[in-house]
Amino acid sequence: MTERILTVDDMRVDLPVPAGTLHAVQGVSFHVDRGETVCIVGESGCGKTLTALAVMDLLPALARRTARRLEIGGRSIAGISEREMSDLRGADMAMIFQEPMTSLNPAYSIGNQLEEAVLRHKSVSRRQARERAVYLLERVGITGAASRLRQYPHQLSGGLRQRVMIAMALMCSPKLILADEPTTALDVTIQAQILHLLAELQREFAMGLVLITHDLGVVARIATRVVVMYAGQVVETGSAAAIFSAPSHPYTRGLLACIPVPGRTKRGEPLGTIHGMVPSLVGERVGCRFAGRCDYATEACTRTNVELEGAGSGGHLVRCIRHAELVGTTPRREAEAAL
Amino acid sequence: MTAALPRAGMPTADEILAPSPGALLRRRILRHWGLLIGGLILGTIVLMALTAPLVAPHDPYDQQLARKLIPPIWHASAKATWAHPLGTDHLGRDYLSRLLYGAQISLLIGFSAMLISGVIGTVLGVLAGYFGGRTDMVVNFIVTTRLSMPVVLVALAVVSIVGSSLTVVIWVLGLLIWDRFAVVMRSATQQVRSREFVTAAQALGCSTPRILFTEVAPNIVNHLIVVATLEMAHAILLEAALSFLGLGVQPPTPSWGLMVSEAKGLMFFDPWLITIPGVALFLLVLAINMLGDGLRDVTAPENRA
Amino acid sequence: MLAFTLKRLGVALLVALTVSVITFSMIYVSGDPAIAIAGEGARAQDIDAIRKFYGFDRPIPVQYYDWLVGALQGDFGRSYHMRQPVSDIIFSRLPVTMALGAAAIGFALLLAIPLGVLAAVRPNSFFDRFALTLAVIGQAMPTFWFALTLVLWLGVYWRLLPITGSDSWQNFVMPAIALGYYVTPAVMRLTRAGVLEVLSSDYIRTARAKGLRPPTVLFKHALRNAIIPVVSLSAVQFGFMLGGSIVIETIFQINGLGYLAWESIQRKDLPTMQAIVLVLSVIYVLLTLLADLLNAFLDPRLRVA
Repeated sequence: MTERILTVDDMRVDLPVPAGTLHAVQGVSFHVDRGETVCIVGESGCGKTLTALAVMDLLPALARRTARRLEIGGRSIAGISEREMSDLRGADMAMIFQEPMTSLNPAYSIGNQLEEAVLRHKSVSRRQARERAVYLLERVGITGAASRLRQYPHQLSGGLRQRVMIAMALMCSPKLILADEPTTALDVTIQAQILHLLAELQREFAMGLVLITHDLGVVARIATRVVVMYAGQVVETGSAAAIFSAPSHPYTRGLLACIPVPGRTKRGEPLGTIHGMVPSLVGERVGCRFAGRCDYATEACTRTNVELEGAGSGGHLVRCIRHAELVGTTPRREAEAAL
Repeated sequence: MTAALPRAGMPTADEILAPSPGALLRRRILRHWGLLIGGLILGTIVLMALTAPLVAPHDPYDQQLARKLIPPIWHASAKATWAHPLGTDHLGRDYLSRLLYGAQISLLIGFSAMLISGVIGTVLGVLAGYFGGRTDMVVNFIVTTRLSMPVVLVALAVVSIVGSSLTVVIWVLGLLIWDRFAVVMRSATQQVRSREFVTAAQALGCSTPRILFTEVAPNIVNHLIVVATLEMAHAILLEAALSFLGLGVQPPTPSWGLMVSEAKGLMFFDPWLITIPGVALFLLVLAINMLGDGLRDVTAPENRA
Repeated sequence: MLAFTLKRLGVALLVALTVSVITFSMIYVSGDPAIAIAGEGARAQDIDAIRKFYGFDRPIPVQYYDWLVGALQGDFGRSYHMRQPVSDIIFSRLPVTMALGAAAIGFALLLAIPLGVLAAVRPNSFFDRFALTLAVIGQAMPTFWFALTLVLWLGVYWRLLPITGSDSWQNFVMPAIALGYYVTPAVMRLTRAGVLEVLSSDYIRTARAKGLRPPTVLFKHALRNAIIPVVSLSAVQFGFMLGGSIVIETIFQINGLGYLAWESIQRKDLPTMQAIVLVLSVIYVLLTLLADLLNAFLDPRLRVA
């Protein structure tokens, strides 16, 4: 039976800025079951990182988070104290960050930092902690693990450091791992290895994995389900198969059109782009957030806020009032025809 | 009413336009009360110094032993009089007048020493920051050597050998306190050096002096101003210490440090004699520091420490 | 680590040598040291006698060489006035000044570091502004005035501490406070800035993501990194305390190196003056070296250079 590990229902994150309130995350909902990899996709600034930080309650001090429901393994974490939250962090839920070069403390050995992750939550001896660290380092593909423990972060390459971060996240066998663009700062060849590793570990440890990325190639490779975010909102969500075969939101379709596909994209054909700029997230606004850049926008799109609604089977949701009409059309062709 | 809300996805006018750098700077200055207060106090003291000959009620050198050690006006003593609002010292000289003229000394020495050390330090720092390599090594060595010497002692020793006067004090201080100028201007120049517009100017074939004056200088000026204010305060405190020890400005010149020194023996009975010049020094240095900090906050807040 | 130390040691030696040259040439600043010693209006034959007696008639490089060789062996010549080897006098007084300096830096750190950490943990709060205000005020007060004010209040009005002498530890309380308060603001600001910067770094976020409790995050992870520049600053500031102690020692009549410097400057006791400046400079150089080594020891990343 699939166990629901993470439930996020109508979560919002607001940040006070000089010009007013910045609504960085607006009513985001999604869930993760055991064994699933949910990819949150979107461009920079769409709120995907803040969504993950909000789940972990690691938001900047000024940020305010609200949610109708926020549950880890069925247990609500929406209003719990910081003390209880810190008990969960690292033990039941762990996070891997984007910049391996700066995510480890330069003053302590990696062994020290690995061991403290488990010593904090479980009453094990130092020796047991060290053994677990060695085991996990080897599991993530680091050779000579025992001697690596004494090394300092600056002595390791970016790829190695990210593997250490993954090992550190696994020290307490958490149910849920949130990975925020774990491969963006790494070489392309290392990227593939790390992704493969994450997929393997997820199967072996039977965890739920939330992977945040802006790279649709990564999504295609690893996702069970996809959540597409734009300007702080979820604009489309569904299984990976559904999203790739029948993208329903103009933004999603625009993203897919940007990727050249060997075999399908013809030589000399211009690559897709999405014109315009991301709108400001400050203050109250009305209407579809994507309207300014959408090739299919109508007057009706800017008048009222758009809700998520079903688009096909199996939990495929989209936030567009015209999605049913747009089935079958290709974004780029329409725009060119209009010129 | 949803009709009143702006449309999402359509950028509004003020999101596209931004205020000009000059307007931004003016706004920041007016909002920074530390800068304003410091500037105000400093301005007042400068005004005092400039108008001392007009405003001072008496000649600061005029000794009237019959009127010695009159307490200031706020003391509950029969001797206090409005003719000498801040009292008189052990030689009967009016304290208010000496205070006003003392401002001239402090400001003059502070400013001059700051200029001299500023020139030395900035030249060294910019050369080291711009040319790097050997030049940088040599300048670093010079700075390290200077930092290895006890400033106060060396200043005292030199002044004792050469003889103390206003000019000597200014030059000795100026030749000793340039180190912060060198360090800050060096790092500021390094930062600017690596920016593309410098490389662009070099690619155009601009001569080095021209690059230094037109490209580098405008970008390091704000650092220079901040360090200059702080070093002026530093020079003022050093001069006061030197005069206190008897090796700065010589009596009967009314240096505030000297006034404290002369009153040292009497402070148990007439503490105002050291409080008044001490407070004056404190306010002057405080004002300059607040101004310097404020300028740094307003022009380069990332350097706040 | 060894190559690093050796390289630094080499530079330190070179600096010390340069400082010795400068220190030596100090007495020639006015041209003829014999005249400086003899004083104004001395007769030509007296000046000649002095010149011959103290060896100023030899070529300068020879004088320097003799002096340097002597200094390396710990022989700084004989004091003009005290009829004793200079080294004896200096090394008998040095421990007193070291103790004073240590007490002063201890006071400064005990006050500054907790203030800085607390201010950083609650930035822009009332406490933070209060701490920063204290820092600004502390940096503006002239040392000698603060010392005299302390003497007035703690020594005379409230009779809490002794005013002069150096017999018991109580004699060192006021001098330590008077000497140490001046670096407290700088250390506090550095600690605050360091902790603030470190707290926003990625590895702190990682530490919190692991579920570590706030004290662990603050003390084990944040402070450990933030304190590195503070340690090296303290080592250097300790040196400045030694040099700047002259004012404090003269006010509190403490028989340390500063007071000795004061006396020898008054009496134009050149060998003693030179020796003190040289000894202090060498100590500075050693302290800077120590600061570098401490830095490398505390920050594993620096051990490569």
